Amino acid sequence: MNESYASVMPANAYNWIAVWRRNFMAWRKVALASILGNLADPITNLFGLGFGLGLIVGQVEGTSYIAFLAAGMVAVSAMTSATFETLYAAFARMDAKRTWEAILSTQLTLGDIVLGELVWAASKSVLAGTAIGIVAATMGYTSWPSILYAMPTIALTGLVFSSLAMVVISLAPSYDYFVFYQTLVLTPMVFLCGVVFPTSQLPGSFQHAAAMLPLAHSVDLIRPAMLERGADSAALHVGALCVYAVLPFFASTALFQRRLLR
Amino acid sequence: MNMSTVAIDFSGVKKSFGDKLIVNDLSFSVARGECFGLLGPNGAGKSTIARMLLGMISPDVGEITVLDEPVPSRARAARVRVGVVPQFDNLENEFTVLENLLVFGRYFGMSARKIEAVAPSLLEFARLEAKADVRVSKLSGGMKRRLTLARALINDPHLLVMDEPTTGLDPHARHLIWERLRVLLARGKTILLTTHFMEEAERLCDRLCVLESGCKIAEGKPDALIDEHIGCNVLEIYGGDLHQLQELIRPYARHIEVSGETLFCYAQYPEQVCVHLRGRAGLRVLQRPPNLEDVFLRLTGREMEK
Repeated sequence: MNESYASVMPANAYNWIAVWRRNFMAWRKVALASILGNLADPITNLFGLGFGLGLIVGQVEGTSYIAFLAAGMVAVSAMTSATFETLYAAFARMDAKRTWEAILSTQLTLGDIVLGELVWAASKSVLAGTAIGIVAATMGYTSWPSILYAMPTIALTGLVFSSLAMVVISLAPSYDYFVFYQTLVLTPMVFLCGVVFPTSQLPGSFQHAAAMLPLAHSVDLIRPAMLERGADSAALHVGALCVYAVLPFFASTALFQRRLLR
Repeated sequence: MNMSTVAIDFSGVKKSFGDKLIVNDLSFSVARGECFGLLGPNGAGKSTIARMLLGMISPDVGEITVLDEPVPSRARAARVRVGVVPQFDNLENEFTVLENLLVFGRYFGMSARKIEAVAPSLLEFARLEAKADVRVSKLSGGMKRRLTLARALINDPHLLVMDEPTTGLDPHARHLIWERLRVLLARGKTILLTTHFMEEAERLCDRLCVLESGCKIAEGKPDALIDEHIGCNVLEIYGGDLHQLQELIRPYARHIEVSGETLFCYAQYPEQVCVHLRGRAGLRVLQRPPNLEDVFLRLTGREMEK
């Protein structure tokens, strides 16, 4: 088992780039539609909730509600774009389109493919998160350089949620099962992790549980960056996100091995 | 056989999925430059064998060597020199023909410049020169297969593994693929192909292995197998009472098989049989030389499903 598991790990540090470039080439053909599609939802939320609720709520944690929400929306858009890219597009490449099967007949390993898909999904997160940041900066809710400060966390958030979604697709028999992950895991996380309101509003026990969730670590890094405040325990958040990115990578690669290479 | 002249070696290979035995104690060797066929009905284990050869399925028992590399432990090293034509097309439908070659060449670590240098000759080989900038989704089934073949050649492999390369193609497209494969054999490539088309196996393969339910039931050159197992003419008879006909022609036949509504009569002197069938209304009789279909029928007692 150990020897066979080693054989599906990435073969070297650069094989994954060919997979990334394949996805980039496909994306380029539909880039405009893809960007607009990725932006519409978070921007609607930002302005709908920001202006609507913002009037009632007023100031939150010493800033306007819409500026507070903008930072949360950057984290959420990084989460959803990596999740959806993996759940739907990578699943199609693994399953119906047989793209992975074609790649597995070359010198690439399963780990090379999964790594390429992860970095690709994270790239889409950077694009989506940055786009929301640009909208927020244009409206004056954040400064231009803060987008740069937030970018490493946006990328890491993409890796985390793509990695988690890999585990979902390695187990799911079909698309129909993804909805459970979306409604039972992702949607609650949005409300538990301080995206739309501060976690201090939650009951005490929820606060402790919520602090463990990956999106909470992302929000706790992205919001201070965008509001130009110092982040508390940044190393802890980065470390936690790295664990959330790396462990599911190994788990999903082993699960894919069981599913695709018997 | 000396190792360096052997392209593929299977030795005592077994594989089960759950409690279902898929490949049972299979051994065969393929020499370099040879076209070797795995012939058998659906479910005989052909695709499993092809996938084991690529290291995508590990055998439970037995040794596999591909181009001097032990498989699956060093399958990745072997795959660098192998081209694969899978049973189901897995081309990039949204990409153009040329983009498909570009993307696939990168998986072998080739630079864009190197891929662009070899692409024209591959497209010419696949008779797709005029289609370089056409999207794959606009190609016919035969063109897609030829592109899959061109793609499999991008790393200049020594060995081609083809899983049912012409299944689902019309006769014209099938003949074009066969002609292209003969060109590759003339260039010294080794080909392992799985098929359930007897005609394909007979035309292309130097040697073949007949499989049923994961077991090898015969191995050899197509002509030799036909000679050994049949060795006489064949009459296909249908349109009458098979039981009655069987009794009538039995004295003149070396062997009789019944499959569905057809009676296969193997006879040294088919004229003798024909004389006794003359004048029977509604009876259709076809005389033909024996083929691998007859060998399979003889060995298994049933026809291979089409």
